[in-house]
Amino acid sequence: MTMIDQRPDRAGVAPARRRVTPPGGRLHTTPPWWFAAPAMVLFAFVVLLPSARGVYYAFTDWDGLNPVYSLVGLDNFTAMVRDPDAVQAIWHTLLIAVAITIIQNGLGLVLALGVNSTIKSRNVLRVFLFAPAVVTPIVTAYLWRNLLGPDGAVNSLLGAVGLASWQQDWLGDPGLALWSIVGVIVWQFAGYSMVIFLAGLQSVPKEIYEAADIDGAGPVRRFWSVIRPLLAPAFTINLMLSIIGGIKLFDQVYALTGGGPGHATDTLSTLIYKDAFTLGEFGYSIALAVVLTIIVAIASTGQYVVLSRNERAAS
Amino acid sequence: MRRYRGRTFGLELLMIGVALVVGFPLYVLVNLAVRAPSDTSSPIRPTTSPTLDNFTQAWQQGALGGALLNSVVVTAVSVVIVLAVSSFAAYPLARATARWSRGLFLLIMLGLVLPFQLAALPLYQTMRDLGLLGTPWALILFYSGLQVPFTTFLYVGFLRALPRDFEDAALIDGCTPTQGFRYVVFPMLKPITVTALVLNAVSVWNDFFTPLLYLSGSAQQTMPVAIAGFVGQYVTDWNLVFAALVISIVPILAVYFALQRSIINGFAGGLKG
Repeated sequence: MTMIDQRPDRAGVAPARRRVTPPGGRLHTTPPWWFAAPAMVLFAFVVLLPSARGVYYAFTDWDGLNPVYSLVGLDNFTAMVRDPDAVQAIWHTLLIAVAITIIQNGLGLVLALGVNSTIKSRNVLRVFLFAPAVVTPIVTAYLWRNLLGPDGAVNSLLGAVGLASWQQDWLGDPGLALWSIVGVIVWQFAGYSMVIFLAGLQSVPKEIYEAADIDGAGPVRRFWSVIRPLLAPAFTINLMLSIIGGIKLFDQVYALTGGGPGHATDTLSTLIYKDAFTLGEFGYSIALAVVLTIIVAIASTGQYVVLSRNERAAS
Repeated sequence: MRRYRGRTFGLELLMIGVALVVGFPLYVLVNLAVRAPSDTSSPIRPTTSPTLDNFTQAWQQGALGGALLNSVVVTAVSVVIVLAVSSFAAYPLARATARWSRGLFLLIMLGLVLPFQLAALPLYQTMRDLGLLGTPWALILFYSGLQVPFTTFLYVGFLRALPRDFEDAALIDGCTPTQGFRYVVFPMLKPITVTALVLNAVSVWNDFFTPLLYLSGSAQQTMPVAIAGFVGQYVTDWNLVFAALVISIVPILAVYFALQRSIINGFAGGLKG
């Protein structure tokens, strides 16, 4: 880039806009800035400006319809701290995000190692295990709502294999419903994690496996000391995707339990929706969205810092 | 190096077992969708006299044909717009080193962190004022902006790893920057375009929250909202609901199995982007 600035005829000559290739040098022209304009206009209109207005509304008592509203300072946020539903929803959101991140990626990694072997069904399995990840989440959630019902297929299956004592009201039991939701999400997206890990595994050169074999490393040692560090970029992507997806979770909760029983499975997103559209408390609802934003921001920057340090350490 | 041994066979059986567990819900889905409502035997027992009545009934009563068409239009138009504006924007953002370029890029990256729940409610008001609520245009506009940060991020990463020699040659040969982009740069972006296409199409097609907000109460629904409405209406008739779920899944899985290699590579492609 510096070549352009070092054109020998710069001083004294009128700043001609002619493109001159310096002898022996290379010309780099920069594409004009207005190429970015259409994307920026759309992005500003849909994301930036409404988000900024959202932050403002979080400090008002706006109901979403009435053009008259007033600034109420931190009232929405202090009300949140005193609102057991909101505190619970924040806790559920964090719990779901952490649970999904650990279980989905743990399972995804095991599946990836299984499919990255010499088994004959590996290609079919890869395609099949990933398939749930492309299906509409709201649709799979409705499917599971029936399967997990008291007379649903899961209980029928448990009965049929002699585990009748394990039968549960999976979505109706307040202590269990949250974990059932986690289970449904893991079922759907473990194949997604698998595909990302698999791409990482397949980028490990064969020679590295051979070298580890020759050095007498067992399967566990080979995984921990040789493969795991090389999977660092795949870990970064997978953990990012699952933790942010978990924090924003809405569809599955809406379809499986609607946040119930009671408020046992409400997350920040379902509460935002309910407060805005069934209770008409837009100001309060947007204050919840601001909290959601802060959690996402902390989680993603924190994760980015830790994981990119690991990536650097691994490479 | 690694041969097929007894242990490999054990692993093979184990993995097939896992696949059966993963496939079990899909078996029940189809099994109940072809079952007459009068048949009340266990949901895991194969249906003895399968029928397609549920499908015709669900198709007609759920207005699923219209919803399918809406989903196709919204997804296709939004994805084309997002890919066009994002690749176009990524070009100067990846190449220019001026301060404005870095500033703009950081601003766009901010969009990766902002959850759409924050923008969705104020935007709801704007859409209402513009008279777009209840029309597919609200969704197309929304996705065209919402997907810009992620798509631009993919393109910028790819472009930075791409040598500049080709575009330089094109410019020296007298191309305008626009022509250089159209005929030289964009064709070289094909691998990342496939990735961005797959990821955007899946997330737009599957989105439920946005159409729930912006299309609620209107006759124009996308597939996920139409399904949710259908479940609400026929919640006691699960055979009918399951037929509707199958109808909504079949187009997705058909595309997936037909293009599985590109789609899986598309999802995994984010890794290199």
